[in-house]
Amino acid sequence: MKKNLSYIDSVHRDGTVWNLGVMALLLLFPVAVALLFSTAPDWGALATGLFATAPMYWATGIIETITFVPMLGAGGSYLSFVTGNISNLKLPCALNALEQNEVSATSEEGEVISTIAIAVSSIVTTVIIVVGVILIVPLQPILQSAVLEPAFAQMLPALFGGLGVAFISKNWKISVAPIALMLVLFIFVPALNAGTVGIMVPFSAVFTIAVARILYKKGVL
Amino acid sequence: MKFSVNHPALFILAGVLVAVVLGQSVYFLVKALRRAKQLGMDTAKIRKTIRTAAIFTIAPAVAIVLSVITLSKDLGLALPWLRLSVVGSLSYETVAAGNALSAMDLELGKVSQLTAQQYVNITLVMTVSIMVGIWLVPAISKKLLGGVSKLQQRDAKWTDILSNAMFIGMIAAFLGFVFCDFSRLWSPEAGFSATSGLIPVCVMAVAALVMVLCGALMKLLKWKWLNDYALPISMIAGMASAIPITAWLG
Repeated sequence: MKKNLSYIDSVHRDGTVWNLGVMALLLLFPVAVALLFSTAPDWGALATGLFATAPMYWATGIIETITFVPMLGAGGSYLSFVTGNISNLKLPCALNALEQNEVSATSEEGEVISTIAIAVSSIVTTVIIVVGVILIVPLQPILQSAVLEPAFAQMLPALFGGLGVAFISKNWKISVAPIALMLVLFIFVPALNAGTVGIMVPFSAVFTIAVARILYKKGVL
Repeated sequence: MKFSVNHPALFILAGVLVAVVLGQSVYFLVKALRRAKQLGMDTAKIRKTIRTAAIFTIAPAVAIVLSVITLSKDLGLALPWLRLSVVGSLSYETVAAGNALSAMDLELGKVSQLTAQQYVNITLVMTVSIMVGIWLVPAISKKLLGGVSKLQQRDAKWTDILSNAMFIGMIAAFLGFVFCDFSRLWSPEAGFSATSGLIPVCVMAVAALVMVLCGALMKLLKWKWLNDYALPISMIAGMASAIPITAWLG
């Protein structure tokens, strides 16, 4: 007899099928290129390239998955980890939607809102990239012009300035310590930069949870 | 078949993959919209969520197009289009492509013409390195979210605080990142002015001020509609302010 799945269970089932399907297709891309152009990988160079890249990315990927899944919800996670650009686009987009609708990320309404926001963001991003690829010849001089270049270079500070105000104003008691810590670390540790901010997100999240737990136990929150 | 990084066959292959991923987004959107209807959620709120997410995405998506253009100089257009539409981001893809090229004694930014074999190597390194999240989410998300759900039943207040703490942790890390070049003020770096590290800080301050202004307008003038656009407006204002601020401090 067919078992009636809950919404969340069906999201996990469908998400698993979609993600594993996309993963297989992604791996088929280089295989298809090799077959079409009658070539094979340079195995030695491939091993060297993978050795230099994969361990770091795998470690980061595992930490990012554990950190981001509870924030993105089920549907949002399956989509975000396929479409990418999580911390600079999908997660802020979901956060903004949850905040505007005043729903918790852990509720079913939050799950639905987060999925809708991330799905719309993914569709819009895909369409804009397609348009960009088609119109690359006329667009390239405009987007890479010296006038606009500083604006795109500063997208993340502009995004997190606005998002910071929206979230910190509502959670200022748990925000002070992690912001102070991150400011000190990023100012005085030269190794911390745009390339390492992704690694600092889980660290900062764990620190903030610890601070929040102490404040909660003391009855401050 | 003679290989070129912009061969039409590569666009067809990439196009099929991008279409499948687009299909996944549409599938999950429809599924979530149906669930919203079953839960009796306010249709106006759902429409607002769709509109805000779409508007909010435009500027970052244009920045992603810029990343595609940047990588296309070495890798052609099809591969960056695929990698930045599926899983990737500029920082990840640049490092992965750079490592793959350097293993073949080539350098990113100085590649004149790739062979099919080099292209396959680069694609494999970029793909295999980045795909952890795609299979790990199906493997662990049910247990992870089940744990959060159990915690919610045990202590709902703490679960909400925990969720907010994770968000704040992420925002704090990015606010710290905004200050990562601040030390140029007292420790000069070749090729950069001492005040250049203040540019992201000033841009962030402008965006934050605009957000505060939007909040004040919403309260004082009862402009509730502004709530939908406050974040995109503050982000665009911050990005626009980067142009004169960079000219001044850069």
